[in-house]
Amino acid sequence: MSAATITAPAPAPAREPRIGLRGNLRHISALVRRNALQIKQDPESMFDVVMMPIIFTLMFVYVFGGAIAGKGNQGAYVNYLVPGLMAMTSMNIAMAVGTGINEDFRKGVMDRFRTMPIARSSVLVAKIVTEVGRMIVASAIQLGMGFALGLTLKTSVLHLLAAVALSMVFGAALMWIFILLGLTMKTAQAVQGVAMIVLMPLQFASSIFAPTSTMPGWLKAFADYNPLANLADAARALVNGGAVAHSVWLVLAWSVGITAVMAPLAVAKFRKKT
Amino acid sequence: MTQKDIAVQVRGLVKHFGETRALDGVDLDVREGTVLGVLGPNGAGKTTLVRVLSTLIRPDAGTARVAGYDVLSQPRALRRVIGLTGQYASVDEKLSGRENLYMIGRLLDLSRKNARHRADEMLERFSLTDAAGRPAGQYSGGMRRRLDLAASMIGRPAVLYLDEPTTGLDPRTRNEVWGEVQRMVAEGSTVLLTTQYMEEAEQLAHELTVVDRGRVIAGGRVDELKAKVGGRTLQIRPADPAELPRMAEAVARAGLDGIAGATPDEAEGVVNVPIVSDMQLTAVLGMLAERGFLIAGISTHLPSLDEVFLAVTGQKASSAPAPHDRTDALQEAAA
Repeated sequence: MSAATITAPAPAPAREPRIGLRGNLRHISALVRRNALQIKQDPESMFDVVMMPIIFTLMFVYVFGGAIAGKGNQGAYVNYLVPGLMAMTSMNIAMAVGTGINEDFRKGVMDRFRTMPIARSSVLVAKIVTEVGRMIVASAIQLGMGFALGLTLKTSVLHLLAAVALSMVFGAALMWIFILLGLTMKTAQAVQGVAMIVLMPLQFASSIFAPTSTMPGWLKAFADYNPLANLADAARALVNGGAVAHSVWLVLAWSVGITAVMAPLAVAKFRKKT
Repeated sequence: MTQKDIAVQVRGLVKHFGETRALDGVDLDVREGTVLGVLGPNGAGKTTLVRVLSTLIRPDAGTARVAGYDVLSQPRALRRVIGLTGQYASVDEKLSGRENLYMIGRLLDLSRKNARHRADEMLERFSLTDAAGRPAGQYSGGMRRRLDLAASMIGRPAVLYLDEPTTGLDPRTRNEVWGEVQRMVAEGSTVLLTTQYMEEAEQLAHELTVVDRGRVIAGGRVDELKAKVGGRTLQIRPADPAELPRMAEAVARAGLDGIAGATPDEAEGVVNVPIVSDMQLTAVLGMLAERGFLIAGISTHLPSLDEVFLAVTGQKASSAPAPHDRTDALQEAAA
């Protein structure tokens, strides 16, 4: 190495240097690589991604499926259930980002990132990109499990991919909420606790497991505008055919709305956090 | 001293955490190419100061400029010229040493090729090449600290903050870290070093600022401060502990310039001799050698932080640091 040349302090410029798009992408990809290497080093961290779709599919098809759809109708129930489970899985993975960011913050490496000339949001965006990658793995396992249990695709592969993509879009939007939660709460356990309380009603007061038509009116009203139910309906229509547009637009509107409100709050919180 | 020579300039810095004033009007300057030691006990505000200067927290009042950039209005430009190594190693424990350094290089906008080269270069320099592929979490404390220093140096920062860089390290590892810091300074880095140890400040710093409870209570060149506080204590360990009284008497009666006395310490098996210069140290040892004393080890001890505080403020430090003994190379060789 040539003797390190230490640049003399330059006179202060009038404006702050800007980080261009290319720079941001470079930083984000370096941080995604970090997250991927962490997973490689600690494969057990993929446990939820692999096991959740398998266990939920088996449990609902065989334990509750008969009761919900009628004995012997489990086969038909698979086609009802699996697209909805994709929605639920994406939400559960989105939740993990909150505990992850909370734990990350207690490590020194976060201080290093925050003293480097990178956009502070790139740390968060990289986290989301990584989690979307995990969601894709989970969705693949979910669908594989579904096909193994008799799921039949009544539309086209493109429709199926659109259903997966829609889950990703919504999941990524949700992550901003959980990131904000992860940055606000003191411990990872607290994050988990609050997230569960929010998740439970959204998951069960929805059309994921059973049609909303048997619910009391007030609950049905909630379920019909529950974004998770909208996502389940959209995915179901994309897999099984039927009217798609309404629920897809609802999900996209929710995704844009959540991101527009939560992302700036999360980034601001991240900036100010000491 | 012109404005241009000042790498770090802090004026009237205040930071509250609730009721606590972590920084209570701190002023200091670090000249370009020098090491400023910020000496103080736990809770004196040292880490808060470093965190303000590295844009991790915003001060409540006062100004701070690093390489001409203001911490409040130009944080992004400022982050391009600093490196930070904290008390807690800020590397990713699950990534290998090489991957950690490569990541930092990429975040500093090096090309893939240059980031790889620079990572290898730094691994080599910090003697981590053999461990480069192992996760940093498996490194020893000293290796992790070296990796942390390497990470801070990837971008060739003009100003480097070292926040208690050797706290919790064994003497051997500490010496390694000191060696690296000295090398960085020789290459032109400006360093702001916080420490609880007079020893470390003496080894590394050109100038010292003593802080307590968020305030600067003394400052100046290291030798000035030492002169204010008094000299060192020379400890001589005779090969035969039975020689202690005779050795102490020989030192006390030799009539060496400026040596007022010597006291045997039976418990430690050493003779303590207060000295103020290296000449006196040499004279004492020479005299003992001439008279045929067999010496098993020697060490010198600087005044502790407590003694420094006592000397500059007339009162004890607000919280005492853990004792920190320095072992001279001589004694290590003898052991």
